[in-house]
Amino acid sequence: MLGRLSPQTLRILALLVVLALVLAFFASQVPNYFNARLFNRISSSVAIMALIATAQTLVILTRNIDLSIGSVVGFTAFATGNLVAGSPDIHPLVLVVYAMLVGAGFGLINGVIVAYARVPSIIVTLATMAIFRSALVEYSDAKSITSSQLPQWLVQFPNTSLFEVGGVQFRAAFVTAVIVVLIVHVALNRLRPARRLYAVGSNPEAAEMAGINLRLTVLSAFVMAGALAGLAGFMFLARFGNITVVAGLGFELKSVAAAVVGGVNIFGGSGTVLGALIGAILVDLIDTSLVRWALVSEFWREAVLGALILTAVAVDAILMRRLIRMRIAREKERLAALPQTEAVE
Amino acid sequence: MTLLRRLQSWEGFLLAALLCIMVMNSILSPQFLTVGNQINLFQLSIEKIIVALIMTFVIINAEIDLSVGSMMGLSACAFGWLFQQGVDPVLAIVICLGIGALGGALNGWFIARVGLPSLVVTLATLIGFRGLARVLVEDRGITDFPDWFDAFGQQGLIGPIPFALIAFVVLFVVLWVVLQRSGFGRKTYVIGTNREVAIYAGIDTARHKMIIFTASGLISAFAGLLFAARVGAVRGDVALGFELDIITMVLLGGVSIFGGTGSLMGTLLAILIVLNLRNGMALVNITGHIQTGVVGMLLIASVLVPRIDLGRLRRSKEETA
Repeated sequence: MLGRLSPQTLRILALLVVLALVLAFFASQVPNYFNARLFNRISSSVAIMALIATAQTLVILTRNIDLSIGSVVGFTAFATGNLVAGSPDIHPLVLVVYAMLVGAGFGLINGVIVAYARVPSIIVTLATMAIFRSALVEYSDAKSITSSQLPQWLVQFPNTSLFEVGGVQFRAAFVTAVIVVLIVHVALNRLRPARRLYAVGSNPEAAEMAGINLRLTVLSAFVMAGALAGLAGFMFLARFGNITVVAGLGFELKSVAAAVVGGVNIFGGSGTVLGALIGAILVDLIDTSLVRWALVSEFWREAVLGALILTAVAVDAILMRRLIRMRIAREKERLAALPQTEAVE
Repeated sequence: MTLLRRLQSWEGFLLAALLCIMVMNSILSPQFLTVGNQINLFQLSIEKIIVALIMTFVIINAEIDLSVGSMMGLSACAFGWLFQQGVDPVLAIVICLGIGALGGALNGWFIARVGLPSLVVTLATLIGFRGLARVLVEDRGITDFPDWFDAFGQQGLIGPIPFALIAFVVLFVVLWVVLQRSGFGRKTYVIGTNREVAIYAGIDTARHKMIIFTASGLISAFAGLLFAARVGAVRGDVALGFELDIITMVLLGGVSIFGGTGSLMGTLLAILIVLNLRNGMALVNITGHIQTGVVGMLLIASVLVPRIDLGRLRRSKEETA
């Protein structure tokens, strides 16, 4: 029965099992582990991580990487904060669109250089990571945004409870992020233009033969990733309120880590944003839970995280190889059975 | 004619760019060409440029090592921790170098034997090694190392030239011979150009990659110790984010991210360019983040510029033909 499921579904099921195991483990170790605060803390952090993991996934699917995501988040958080501090009466929707447009603008810069000037994405985004960050330094003039400059609705947005299930609050930021991830997920699975990301990532030559515009596809992946990073920047602003020039530093590698744990192939062509979302949750869950585990000091967080990523990827690679071998063997058996039936006919 | 042909090579272009920057700098400030400033210019980034040398091997081999900064941090913190536990400093140095080789071998094992992409493996160890460093020193800072240890990092060993700079020069010469003049070096290029071909040619590519990653860990650990000696203190965030600066220098030196091409001379010239450029910008009061931005633009330009030239060259050739 397991053999019939697609590798992607298997991966997501496996991730959910791991998630359940981690929860069960910490529940047995930490007294009063399951409480509303655990969910709230993780969900407000995941609201940002899920968006950047999704953004990163879109780019990785096309065999590229975006190391500038952290700088884009930082810049849009600051720019959005600056805009709303200057004109507090601005409509919330306009503010969100502004954040996404600024982000998409940065994505466009990355995308044009990668797709049309054909510079490897790791070089381009390594450079733009620094360039966008220095743009932020210039733009901010070494000032920072403080939450007192922001309107009340914005500061309260991440903590607004939309609905409650058994005492667990589903807060606006988290719900928004999950909805966005689900929309992207459905689009990637059902929409023809979005399927092109997979085609380009798994075999660029074949995709080109099939009439797909490679450059445009890669460009649009970067632009969409930029827009999502912009949205994450908005969330970042709403959650933290205080924005300095180092906002979003290190997000680029965290997003890659979440995507990779979520089963996104770093060489492109395979992976789901739903996996990336679970990857982001898993990373955050372990991060938050280790702090409360009395047996180890909280300084073990990163060490455990590194080991987890390595294990996840190694196990995934080994299992996938075995699965593929199994399927090839089965296919061979099927083919071996075929000539006999032909002979009978 | 030969000069012109030389200038057309990437190294020639870098050399020309370097001379321009140096001339500009010496016009901007009379302090620039003093021995003190020249040594200082190296000293401020000596750990990064030492690691850039081995990173050249890694990238020519068509791999990447993101964990070098964290390994530098781990080695520095391990030294601090061991020193605090009362371990003899010399023994502590040996242990730290051992940790470096071990960590590098761990990377190499996952990459070469398990067959995982180096980007993913070293991203995980980037987080993991940094985590171990934080486990060792938590949120403390460790100082008060023995005087001779600090002196190694801070004072001149031969005249005004400090130990770290001598180590850099020696390492450069040794690695240059290995990469440019030995069978090991040729194999590094062959594996980077086409791993399949290398395997069919009978090269043990897995062993080769193991050696390179182990060396990368070892040299990073060494650089981490130099950092501890130069600063005279360690904290959990030692060398945080250095990997990106190091990779930038190597790529700027003309080493292809896809492996197979590049040279240590190119890396050396790129190092000199970055150091002089940063020094020059500091002389005219341009701050750190902006400096990094300028280096970033230079990185993109370094890939774009040679391509534009080639196109023009081809067109003009076609016209004359």
